[in-house]
Amino acid sequence: MTAYLLKRLIIAALTLVLASIVVFAVMEILPGDPARLMLGLNASADQVEVLRNQMGLNAPLIPRYLHWAGGLLSLDFGRSYTYSVPVIDLVRERIAVSLPLALIALALSTIIAIPVGVFSASRQGRAGDTLAMGAAQLGVAVPNFWFALILIYVFAVWLRLVPAGGFPGWSAGIWPALKSLILPAVALALPQAAILGRVARSALIEVLNEDYIRTARAKGLPYRAVLWRHALRNAMIPVLTILGLQFAFLLAGTIIIENVFYLPGLGRLIFQAITQRDLIVVESIVMLLVAAVILINLIVDFSYAIVDPRLRGRQ
Amino acid sequence: MTMRVDLPEETIAGVLAKAFGNRSFLIGLIITSAVVAVALLSFLWTPYDVTRLVIADRTQAPSPAHWFGTDHFGRDILSMIMVGARNSIAVALVAVGIGMGIGVPLGAFAAARGGMADEALMRVNDLVFAFPALLSAVMITAIFGPGAVNAIIAIGIFNIPVFARVARAGALAIWPREFILAARAAGKGMTRISIEHILPNIATLLLVQGTIQFALGILAEAGLSYVGLGAQPPMPSWGRMLFDAQTRMVTAPWMAIFPGMAIVITVLGLNLLGDGIADILDPKSRRRR
Repeated sequence: MTAYLLKRLIIAALTLVLASIVVFAVMEILPGDPARLMLGLNASADQVEVLRNQMGLNAPLIPRYLHWAGGLLSLDFGRSYTYSVPVIDLVRERIAVSLPLALIALALSTIIAIPVGVFSASRQGRAGDTLAMGAAQLGVAVPNFWFALILIYVFAVWLRLVPAGGFPGWSAGIWPALKSLILPAVALALPQAAILGRVARSALIEVLNEDYIRTARAKGLPYRAVLWRHALRNAMIPVLTILGLQFAFLLAGTIIIENVFYLPGLGRLIFQAITQRDLIVVESIVMLLVAAVILINLIVDFSYAIVDPRLRGRQ
Repeated sequence: MTMRVDLPEETIAGVLAKAFGNRSFLIGLIITSAVVAVALLSFLWTPYDVTRLVIADRTQAPSPAHWFGTDHFGRDILSMIMVGARNSIAVALVAVGIGMGIGVPLGAFAAARGGMADEALMRVNDLVFAFPALLSAVMITAIFGPGAVNAIIAIGIFNIPVFARVARAGALAIWPREFILAARAAGKGMTRISIEHILPNIATLLLVQGTIQFALGILAEAGLSYVGLGAQPPMPSWGRMLFDAQTRMVTAPWMAIFPGMAIVITVLGLNLLGDGIADILDPKSRRRR
């Protein structure tokens, strides 16, 4: 197992390094001089030159990359051009919105999808299954931001149960903050739950046809026990794979959903930074999200080994 | 997710008979054809001109004159949805084309060569997968500015590793087969075998993946247009219509409801079509039903 995990770890590290080179290269291509941007149009060429030197923009490419990448490792992303504060402070503030949102959505999606998948698989071909999978088929087709608009209309405008948007901040108390994250989380979660439910169902059906399931039944185990204990565990690999992909998708999905609900998260920050040409903020957020995706994939790889003992023997 | 690629000896008539007995396939085909027909029709005729702004008619509720109502500029929503269909289909189709055109040769090559080439390709795949589609779209837009073409590029790039993976997995399953061995014995080269023998055998897999990516492309395009990174006004696009509708949800909910339903119906149709094709061509999934 150690060899397997080590290989995944090396691949993850390699991907991260390559990703950082891509992001750095992309930001190099971008037009616009950050120093000129910070000083405004009235600054003289000399002033701009001095600031460029201060910011290290005149250094050769490779040392500049190494300096930037080294900073990332110690969570020093540099200073925002427009806000003149360390990027990490901006990010820390915003991540307190985006991360809980993605986590709540992921939890919701899993809580809905797994029981639905189990229900459908155990009633394969019957009315309940057809109904659930019909709903899932519909759920996959719904764009989450449109679903969000409908939710706002029903629950915020019409029933007035939750706010239509905005975020009071965690300092306003856990409940008011959570309340403003409920609709965005549901909007993100339902389409994902539809996908996950379908995967869980087909993975379970595949497993339920295996010989060892028949053996478990033959030795007198009740159907429910076989379903939840033997079948579900063996169906977890495809479910985990999708779950990992979904978390990445949810993190990115928050970019759009935060715009629907006017939530001050990473997604809003990245859009503001793009319009203000605050490139260092853009590249920091992109790197952060990419690192999160790579980390999640690594966790998924590791959890395969926990769920599937056969993988532990392999390299 | 097993990948069965071997087609049993079946006649075309047999496959057709099965296709029309498959509910998913039929419904999917009808919906998809209808959407394409509407998009094509919009070139010849729409109820109203989508470029003309009639301020006197602005934000009117659905009526016999305007079935789906009008927007804040007095444009007919139905006409805009019809023209928007063009944009959605074009963006998603070209993005699938980019993904297939680059991804399939790469995947087939990796499967044929194996070893270092294969390993390198899979690592690059990992790299692209590390950038969520939306994020790369945001980055691409930051460089080149927003627009339909850049949306296509962003979605297309994300499609490349998807098709590379499917093509590679499919091809790997075909390579050990006897008829490939026979072809090699006959002196055919790697490229020729890939084109003449591997490709036809993984075509159905690619077709199924193509419909899925097409549907995802429509969703992605709508998302990008919604945040202003896709098609630019005055070109009507479904995502942009939803953006315009957002601040008017209370006074003009029809502005949001109909474009959203257009997206849902189109994506639903494509997904059903994809499911149907997979069902018809994969004996294993049929047994499950």
